Amino acid sequence: MYKIVKRRQLAPSIVLFEVEAPEVAKKVEPGQFVIVRHDEKGERIPLTVMDFDRIRGTITIVVQDVGYSSAIINQTQEGSAFLDFVGPLGVPTEIEKYGTVVCIGGGLGIAPVFPIARGLKEAGNQVISVLGSRSAELLILEEEMCSVSHEVVIATNDGSAGVQGFVTDGLAHILQQGKKIDAVWAIGPIVMMKAVAEFTRPLGIKTIVSMNPIMVDGTGMCGACRVSVGTETKFACVDGPEFDGHLVDFDLAMKRLEYFKDEENRARARLQCSHEGGNH
Amino acid sequence: MREKIARHDMPCQDPVTRARNFEEVALGYSEETAIAEAKRCLQCKKSLCVTGCPVEVQIPEFIRRIAEGDFAAAGEVLKQKNSLPAVCGRVCPQESQCESKCVLGIKDEPVAIGRLERFAADYQLARGKSKVTIPAPSGKRIAIIGGGPAGLTCAGDLAKSGHAVTVFEALHVAGGVLMYGIPQFRLPKEVVQSEIENLRDMGVEIKVDYVVGKITSVDELMATGYDAVFLGTGAGLPNFMGIPGENLNGVYSANEFLTRTNLMKAYRFPDYATPVKVGKRVAVLGAGNVAMDSARTSLRLGAEEVYIVYRRSRTEMPARHEEVEHAEEEGVQLMLLTNPTRISGDERSWVHSMTCLCHELGEPDESGRRSPVAIPGSEFELAVDTVIVAIGQGPNPLVTKSTPGLELNKRGNIIVDQETMETSKPGVFAGGDIVTGAATVILAMGAGKKAAAAINDYLKNK
Ligand SMILES: Cc1cc2nc3c(=O)[nH]c(=O)nc-3n(C[C@H](O)[C@H](O)[C@H](O)COP(=O)(O)OP(=O)(O)OC[C@H]3O[C@@H](n4cnc5c(N)ncnc54)[C@H](O)[C@@H]3O)c2cc1C
Ligand code: FES
Repeated sequence: MYKIVKRRQLAPSIVLFEVEAPEVAKKVEPGQFVIVRHDEKGERIPLTVMDFDRIRGTITIVVQDVGYSSAIINQTQEGSAFLDFVGPLGVPTEIEKYGTVVCIGGGLGIAPVFPIARGLKEAGNQVISVLGSRSAELLILEEEMCSVSHEVVIATNDGSAGVQGFVTDGLAHILQQGKKIDAVWAIGPIVMMKAVAEFTRPLGIKTIVSMNPIMVDGTGMCGACRVSVGTETKFACVDGPEFDGHLVDFDLAMKRLEYFKDEENRARARLQCSHEGGNH
Repeated sequence: MREKIARHDMPCQDPVTRARNFEEVALGYSEETAIAEAKRCLQCKKSLCVTGCPVEVQIPEFIRRIAEGDFAAAGEVLKQKNSLPAVCGRVCPQESQCESKCVLGIKDEPVAIGRLERFAADYQLARGKSKVTIPAPSGKRIAIIGGGPAGLTCAGDLAKSGHAVTVFEALHVAGGVLMYGIPQFRLPKEVVQSEIENLRDMGVEIKVDYVVGKITSVDELMATGYDAVFLGTGAGLPNFMGIPGENLNGVYSANEFLTRTNLMKAYRFPDYATPVKVGKRVAVLGAGNVAMDSARTSLRLGAEEVYIVYRRSRTEMPARHEEVEHAEEEGVQLMLLTNPTRISGDERSWVHSMTCLCHELGEPDESGRRSPVAIPGSEFELAVDTVIVAIGQGPNPLVTKSTPGLELNKRGNIIVDQETMETSKPGVFAGGDIVTGAATVILAMGAGKKAAAAINDYLKNK
């Protein structure tokens, strides 16, 4: 059992958990994920790591309630525990000195961007972060992102915080200032990652995205997490989850996320909750 | 002259009923039938059957105990050599192992060794735990990577020698393919878990949720005081055909399809949260045990038409005979000498058909099997909404890639000394599917056993 030492509601339907998993905390690096199973009947849910504390032996994850299993996870209280917590999984982010980097997080995607931005800053990069959400109410981890960025640009769809628009508008804003961008990380809903990749493609800026396909084992055993990258099929859990955004087939990825939609609806009907988006 | 008695059939659930449920298909012998079948055994002095068993179960002896009605003693005899007899009695390819050597089989049908093994092992499981005597601790620690049949067997044998054994398993339960691959209706998970419980009682520690190569490495384990390591990580990397359309929705690897259903119990969705979806018309690619299991599982999940699509002919099908027989009885249709070339989908990216090409048998290839040759112009469309790819598994590279000094063959399997199962890395042994490529439960167990003996020697000389 993996004890929840802290639970914090970040926004309606978004919860942060700090979980005791000392062996995972010792090894995890930015960009990696864990698989959480709430109870004996639960699904194995992949969640990208938001933070880790090697001394306290904890891992922090942020979960958005988007379906049956994430809703169950989010109802778990501080002091109780998750049955399974497997990790660290996936390949860590390639943290090195690129120059000026832009870290884009959309919605829940801000959580996994946090350790990447921190790592990039520590490696000597100039870090500009772009945070996007539908509205100010749903914007998470602003303070944390400020602490690991040299500059933060906020974009909300309704204009209730920062500039009105999408993260690509934030990116355009940075370019207008005449800054030269050496690399971009973009994590968030697939439509967002696709939009960023299309935006940077003509500019030739290296763009890394983090894919969140359906997974089962997370160890390369089942192939549920297939992602088409360039001419190849990759398993996101072992080859990723980060890939070159200019090579990923986002349309396919979006369709694959719909695979079990009917079943999800059936399960969710039992909980009577409905929110949009996907977990990272 | 002995009276000639025919081999006893094992009662099974009726095919029509069972094709719609997940209860075990074969029901096992009754005590009377078991005794009668056991009495067919000639008790040969030179028991050839034992030579056909990779773990050398003392076959005539356990059968004699059954014939005498001492079922518990029969179970004990099994346990001396085989740490998972209730599993083996259900899934071993006896027809090509012990039973193929049975003298009775020359003129008549061989003794039903597998069914008797199952009977005695189940008897013992049902009677509860047998006394375990835990030997004096040797002071040595051994790490076993992978909790499949190879790892579990190695662990059991080493624990019997008094070593402190820890099994590190990536999934949330131990058992390997026995838990995630082979379906409930063929091998009830409760049977696997009771066998694993027995190992725990012997002092074997099992750490789940532990992906070696990620959370720790083999070198780190050795540095933290493990005296030897056994790698039994299996063949867990699903192969795909590499044909267009394989990433459409509705296409599964057999591993995914079976893992959802067996390990995650998706057949009990939504009580269990993991879903699995099967359409009305299913094509399963391949003809091994994995393919048969996928096809039969599809039926049970509600599919109406299920095809096994295989490019060779019936004689080359690698599945156990009984599995093919059971699958056909249940209504699975064999589409032989047929190979898919493309999968097509609708506007929602869901599979709606598969293009296939007919084949005929040509000259034998390196494996000695006659290789299929495509017949030009024989293309046809098969309307299907689910495709399950069951054309084999390769070695999972998580451990091998993170362990420097481990020699691999070009397929990525670990190279070992055939006698000792020792790898090129001192103190590291390996066995099971990670060495041989996807094979059988009993071969994996045989390898685990050999390695345990070699590890014992290695520790003595260390
Ligand atoms: C669907 C199906 C049906 C089959 N039917 C039969 C049958 O009827 N009869 C028969 O004899 N054989 C059958 N087989 C084959 C048989 O199951 C295998 O040959 C056998 O299980 C191999 O045993 P193993 O211990 O080598 O590997 P596995 O059973 O594959 O076990 C390996 C274990 O290692 C774990 N692991 C992998 N990587 C790591 C890591 N990095 N860290 C920690 N743990 C790790 C895995 O999670 C797994 O639990 C079947 C196989 C399948 C898939
Ligand atoms: S989740 Fe199973 S292979 Fe990636």
